[in-house]
Amino acid sequence: MRIRVCIARLAVPAVAAAILLFAAGRGPVASAQQAPASMEVKIDNFSFGPAAITVAAGTTVTWTNRDDIPHTVVSDDKVFKSKVLDTDEKFSYTFIKPGTYPYFCSVHPKMTGKVIVQ
Amino acid sequence: MTKKTKDEILYDHNHDGIDRRGFLKCMAWAGTGTLCVMQGGVLKSFALDRGSDPGAAAANGELSFVQISDSHMGFNKPANTDVLGTFQAAVDKINGLSTPPEFLLHTGDISHLSKPEEFDHVDQILKSTGKQTFFVPGEHDVLNDDGQQFRERYGKGSKGAGWYSFDQKGVHFVGLVNVMNLKAGGLGSLGHDQLEWLEDDVKHLKSSTPIVVFAHIPLWTVYPDWGWGTEDSAQALAYLKKFGSVTVLNGHIHQIMQKVEGNVTFHTAASTAFPQPEPGKAPSPGPMTVPADQLRSYLGITNVNYVQGQHALAVVDSKLG
Repeated sequence: MRIRVCIARLAVPAVAAAILLFAAGRGPVASAQQAPASMEVKIDNFSFGPAAITVAAGTTVTWTNRDDIPHTVVSDDKVFKSKVLDTDEKFSYTFIKPGTYPYFCSVHPKMTGKVIVQ
Repeated sequence: MTKKTKDEILYDHNHDGIDRRGFLKCMAWAGTGTLCVMQGGVLKSFALDRGSDPGAAAANGELSFVQISDSHMGFNKPANTDVLGTFQAAVDKINGLSTPPEFLLHTGDISHLSKPEEFDHVDQILKSTGKQTFFVPGEHDVLNDDGQQFRERYGKGSKGAGWYSFDQKGVHFVGLVNVMNLKAGGLGSLGHDQLEWLEDDVKHLKSSTPIVVFAHIPLWTVYPDWGWGTEDSAQALAYLKKFGSVTVLNGHIHQIMQKVEGNVTFHTAASTAFPQPEPGKAPSPGPMTVPADQLRSYLGITNVNYVQGQHALAVVDSKLG
């Protein structure tokens, strides 16, 4: 009986230690998946740059207008719509659901872009 | 463009004595101040000196009006930090014409950001003409509110997004809106309702009625890569096919361009605010900065004269400086 107790006492810390080690090994990966991600898109010279981006679900994309003409950021499928952005003004949207989100500038419709959310 | 050739009929495809290519050549000179007038089917051109008054030639006409465009009130970037001043200069030039216009047409982008004070500034300056101005919106005039503010200010009696027509001295004027509901990757758009209205509006007019159509984005394809065209304008022009004289006045591209196609003369006006590059000559169609002492030579107004019995309206552009 004593032996069994001893083994049990030893086993618990050993298992606990093993769990800690196991957790430590996965630690950095878990942190990266939990931290909120962000992405920048610059609007300049009548174009979105980069025009096509791929981001993880939960990412906040921020568009900044660096052009000397106002632009808008409007989803083709009416998912998001900025007000008109003059020079240096920004618009942000957080993408929760995976999917493809094409968008354009409603003032200059030839300007198009795409956000792919994975 | 400035090379002068003899005025003679070289191509008479329509058998009406009007040399279309000769007219096109003449119209190309108009950007530097040339008056092209049809008289009895023969093209006559009158070169205008820098200091001369295009209104003087209008004295023979029955109807004279001015097109101004793209005032972009509120714009304040390097291409022009004083759009209020250049708009005032344009109106001063109009007020200085020896034959005053009967009225004005503004082909849109009145404001830069659709702000109430921007519209107010333009209205205030236009008051000094003592004439009525007829407006159509540009894409900068319908931001944030689907054009509601524009219609409240300038759309009395208009239909839909702000289209309408009126008659002056036997000439039928049609104001069209092609800056609403623009689709991704697309051009300007008139839309089904407006096209139906247009068909009905001109249906009962005699084919001898001169027609003037004005809209912001060009109704012909100037440069599709930059959105300089209207997707469904061909349908609109089909409704106007029966008329002997159609003049289409547009803005949006901030430079003078002309084209003659059959009985239709297309003309785009200079801006009173800032120039834009020629198609394909820059990476994008944005404001073009030029040396300060040259800015006013890129900006201007357009004087249009109608003489009864003549095939086409005489369109004369003049620079601000």
